[in-house]
Amino acid sequence: MYIVQDFASGRGDNLFKNLCKVLPTFPTNQQINLYTSFKMGAESYLLDPHKWVKDYADYLYAYAIRRISDEEQAKDLVQETFLAALEKAANFEGKSSERTWLTAILKNKIIDVYRKKSSGLTKDVQQAEHEQHDFFEADGHWNPAYRPLEFGIEDKDHLGNKEFNAILQKCLQKLPVLWMSVFTMKHIDDEDTTLICTELKVSPSNFWVIIHRTKLNLRACLQKNW
Amino acid sequence: MGYLRKIQYNCKQATFLIEKKMIRKLTFREMIELRIHLAGCSVCVLYGKQSRVINQMVQELFRSSIKPEIRLDDNFKKELQERIEAELNNH
Repeated sequence: MYIVQDFASGRGDNLFKNLCKVLPTFPTNQQINLYTSFKMGAESYLLDPHKWVKDYADYLYAYAIRRISDEEQAKDLVQETFLAALEKAANFEGKSSERTWLTAILKNKIIDVYRKKSSGLTKDVQQAEHEQHDFFEADGHWNPAYRPLEFGIEDKDHLGNKEFNAILQKCLQKLPVLWMSVFTMKHIDDEDTTLICTELKVSPSNFWVIIHRTKLNLRACLQKNW
Repeated sequence: MGYLRKIQYNCKQATFLIEKKMIRKLTFREMIELRIHLAGCSVCVLYGKQSRVINQMVQELFRSSIKPEIRLDDNFKKELQERIEAELNNH
């Protein structure tokens, strides 16, 4: 009873430590379990691996497939995520929900994939710089062939338009993996720029070149195909 | 070419700054340069508008991907849960 009250007032941890000091037989395994479940129940989320697949497998799979567009690899990542989660279960502090925690593990695995795929990176950026000449002339003016024109996305709301989404997806898939990785990490997952540069081994100036170049490409692709 | 002229002509730099601005705050100098350019260049104004819409649409595409039609097959899921149970029993 005292334990419960003390948990409610946030003093559970101290009480537990003090009991450890005073009572030679404390804590037994059973008491530790009791303590943990009190603590979890009071302020934390719990893990239940028996329900993981049922509750989160599809969600994690969809999350992965959108970012790496490879079904087999996405499946592998979901499996690896669950297995890694089991190993890390002891470190789970219950501060975030199960889903958030599992997604964070998956996210790190996706970054690993990006990193492996982006080994040809320097060439990628050189190519980016080179091809940029196609969009602009030497003095920085738009090359007439690539000059933006209105093509119907400016005012009309295309959000959720299936046909448009299909084209958008095709245009995204044409991008080099590294660009796609940088772009989604920034604009979708809102990761810190420094983190993206470190994880993908991109220098800050190359980061901006990639961000710029990716958008020029996407925009041109949409204008051409819509 | 004078400094001002260079800014007015340089759509490459202006679109670069438009992209940068969507991610972080521009420096004072960058901001002034962009404003000067956009004041005289309707093409880059249009680019900026389209670029923002594209961001929204890509975000929407990713969010809508969490839909029922993207699913793992049941066999795979069954095996996966069995694997997890086996791991749990090992510990």
